[in-house]
Amino acid sequence: MAFGAPLSSTDTMPIVSPGFTGRRQSPDVQLPPGQYLAEDFPVLTAGPTPRVTTDRWQFTINTEAGQRYDWSWQQLIELPAEKITTDIHCVTKWSKLGTRWKGVSLDVLLEDVETAADFALVQSYGGYTTNLPLEDLIDGQAWIAYRYDGDELTPEHGGPARLLVPHLYFWKSAKWVRGIQLLLEDEPGFWESAGYHDYGDPWREQRYQGD
Amino acid sequence: MARAAVSGRLTWRVAELAEATDITKSARGLVFDVPGWPGHLPGQHVDVRLTAEDGYSVQRSYSISSAPDGERFELSVQRVADGEVSPYLCDVLSPGDRIELRGPVGGWFVWRSADQAPVTLVAGGSGIAPLMAMIRTRAAEGSRVPFRLIYSVRTPEDVYYADELRRRAREDAGLDVHLVYTRQAPEGSPEPPKRLGLATLNTHGWPADFAPNVFVCGPTGFVETVSDIFVALGHDPRRVRTERFG
Repeated sequence: MAFGAPLSSTDTMPIVSPGFTGRRQSPDVQLPPGQYLAEDFPVLTAGPTPRVTTDRWQFTINTEAGQRYDWSWQQLIELPAEKITTDIHCVTKWSKLGTRWKGVSLDVLLEDVETAADFALVQSYGGYTTNLPLEDLIDGQAWIAYRYDGDELTPEHGGPARLLVPHLYFWKSAKWVRGIQLLLEDEPGFWESAGYHDYGDPWREQRYQGD
Repeated sequence: MARAAVSGRLTWRVAELAEATDITKSARGLVFDVPGWPGHLPGQHVDVRLTAEDGYSVQRSYSISSAPDGERFELSVQRVADGEVSPYLCDVLSPGDRIELRGPVGGWFVWRSADQAPVTLVAGGSGIAPLMAMIRTRAAEGSRVPFRLIYSVRTPEDVYYADELRRRAREDAGLDVHLVYTRQAPEGSPEPPKRLGLATLNTHGWPADFAPNVFVCGPTGFVETVSDIFVALGHDPRRVRTERFG
């Protein structure tokens, strides 16, 4: 309940649509509020799909102090990788359960990085950015994923490699990832500057600013 | 001109259906009155929430297809045969009925009339909805920004706003409309049905040299193909804005 909300707000009392029944999931399927189950894998991006070849692919972590850590494609795939099976939730309301990925944990990539940063701005080929707290990228919560469902990650789903942070709305899992800028202060990314939520927890339905 | 409400909280609002019309055999135009509506920019969408009697609720996003007009706007809703929400909106919801929605949402796929660059619009099927809002806003504001619409449909029956587009192509100075039929062309059409391709986009869109703003909306495969072609034609990828569904 928010004080100061306009009288036309319906936050406390939803309007019931007579005759609307909807299509419920079986009770053992748990979805975040406002989400529905997608069978396919929809695509959401703001522009054309960048084509990045692995021979010129590079991943970079820059610290707030200006230190730089680089990985080539070959170096990335030689790092210990994990197989991840996880549910994903897109802010456009679809959720997909049990998706299977392979990638390198950010814990591995950040292992030797010296930083006092609290925030990260993730950067992609094509210019996309998204921000999140650094603590959401560590402790087994985030990966640089390069395989999906047993195959190479296709360009429309973010290949050759994308960030995977499945506990947040999927726009945080930046496609075509090329690096992370570590920051002492939070800096909004692409969708976050366009009215979307700074953090984006699907279970708290943080879709837009102020949610 | 209304500012996009991209800051502050997007509250759920009561929307009353004012009128509903058939846009095609399978799509309805739903005009809502929303007290307190902050206005929208053409290209933005809203989230609609329906709640069943036992409290079960679902949300879907729909593009606004009208120009800004106070507390009133139109959504165009394609009836998806096995859909959870669209059959209710198209076939059950009646004038006077109320639902909940919030918005406007989206600050990227928008046309701002102060931007004087020429505009190429490319729609696939029901993807015309947010582009129609841009065409109508351009006319409502008396903008002289040159617009070109390339609109891909399966058959003549699938053209949204067919009469209005025909009229605007005649009357709205600086608006060109080019239709592409993929399955069945109208009788007497000089061209057989075909997929939208490089030649059509190159001929009927603005050249990359003009640095146009390009807006592409439609099913995922369509948007992927069209936006790839624009990049191949030399357009700056940052000027090609896309909205996808399905």
